[in-house]
Amino acid sequence: MELSRTQKQRYNRHLILDGFGDEGQQRLLQSKVLIVGAGGLGSPVSLYLAAAGVGTIGLVDGDQVSLTNLQRQVIHTTPDVGRSKVDSAEEKLHAINPDIVIVKHEVYLSEDNALDLIQPYDFVIDGTDNFATKYLVNDACVMLNKSFCMGGISRYSGQVMTHRPGTACYRCLFPEPPNIGEVETCSMVGVLGSIAGMLGTVQATEAIKCLAGVGEPLYNTLLTFDALTMNWQRFEFPKNEECALCGKHPSITRLKEYAFQPCCKKK
Amino acid sequence: MDIKLNNKKTSIASCTLQELAQEMSLPEKGIAVAINNQMIPRTEWINTPITEGADIVIIKAACGG
Repeated sequence: MELSRTQKQRYNRHLILDGFGDEGQQRLLQSKVLIVGAGGLGSPVSLYLAAAGVGTIGLVDGDQVSLTNLQRQVIHTTPDVGRSKVDSAEEKLHAINPDIVIVKHEVYLSEDNALDLIQPYDFVIDGTDNFATKYLVNDACVMLNKSFCMGGISRYSGQVMTHRPGTACYRCLFPEPPNIGEVETCSMVGVLGSIAGMLGTVQATEAIKCLAGVGEPLYNTLLTFDALTMNWQRFEFPKNEECALCGKHPSITRLKEYAFQPCCKKK
Repeated sequence: MDIKLNNKKTSIASCTLQELAQEMSLPEKGIAVAINNQMIPRTEWINTPITEGADIVIIKAACGG
């Protein structure tokens, strides 16, 4: 498909980019990305993916915008308080780039809808605020052979990893979520708002790299960031052959036991 | 012995990762440990010796988004 004149202008800085060019841009335009969570991480991810021209962006979030969100969820504005997050986000993304399709899923991801929601997409972004949904995204994507980028933030730090079929999954690194009593949610311990931007833009970059086919994504690697020292660190971890989900003898073969517990929400 | 623990020079009594996990009362789940930027699976902690000057980082799974 030939790019239109306005597309050539809009995406000019990608088109002239060494190693990206027309081919990379065409791949983005034909790609479908599902962003789970239109919050701290989902805001920068969706803004940059829309601007970059990812052809279809799906947004999954059943929440409404609250005043406590605005410190870091930069896609939402003060007049949006009380609106559904997917409506609020769609409006901003369309204003940035009317060239793309936004699909709103105004629900929380659950064991009942995860496989159907994820199936039509090429790549999934985890921007969720609780372990139950993070493990659900991981497990559903591995079962469906989907690539994804997982992000997490807490206090002054954050972490990101990327998966494609055959590489290590989140359970290879953290086989199980912490016990409930040890979970530190953002609403309990706080989070520096700007690190949502730092980690979210890493996730957006990972998605763009995977879809356009450039560079080396964070496969088998956890990238961590500490704002207090400005240290970025990389940790290598191989696929775990004993992994209960993707190892040689998996015990997790269907989605179950993900009691939905939103943990970063307003009380 | 002296090691680097989470980027800080620290003195520890433990000789293996398993002992260090006990010394630091690490929880059983939601924790990953790396030595010299290589993650060590929990099942191998018991057989992983700690050497003088090792660079050990303890990483907690972060659930915020």
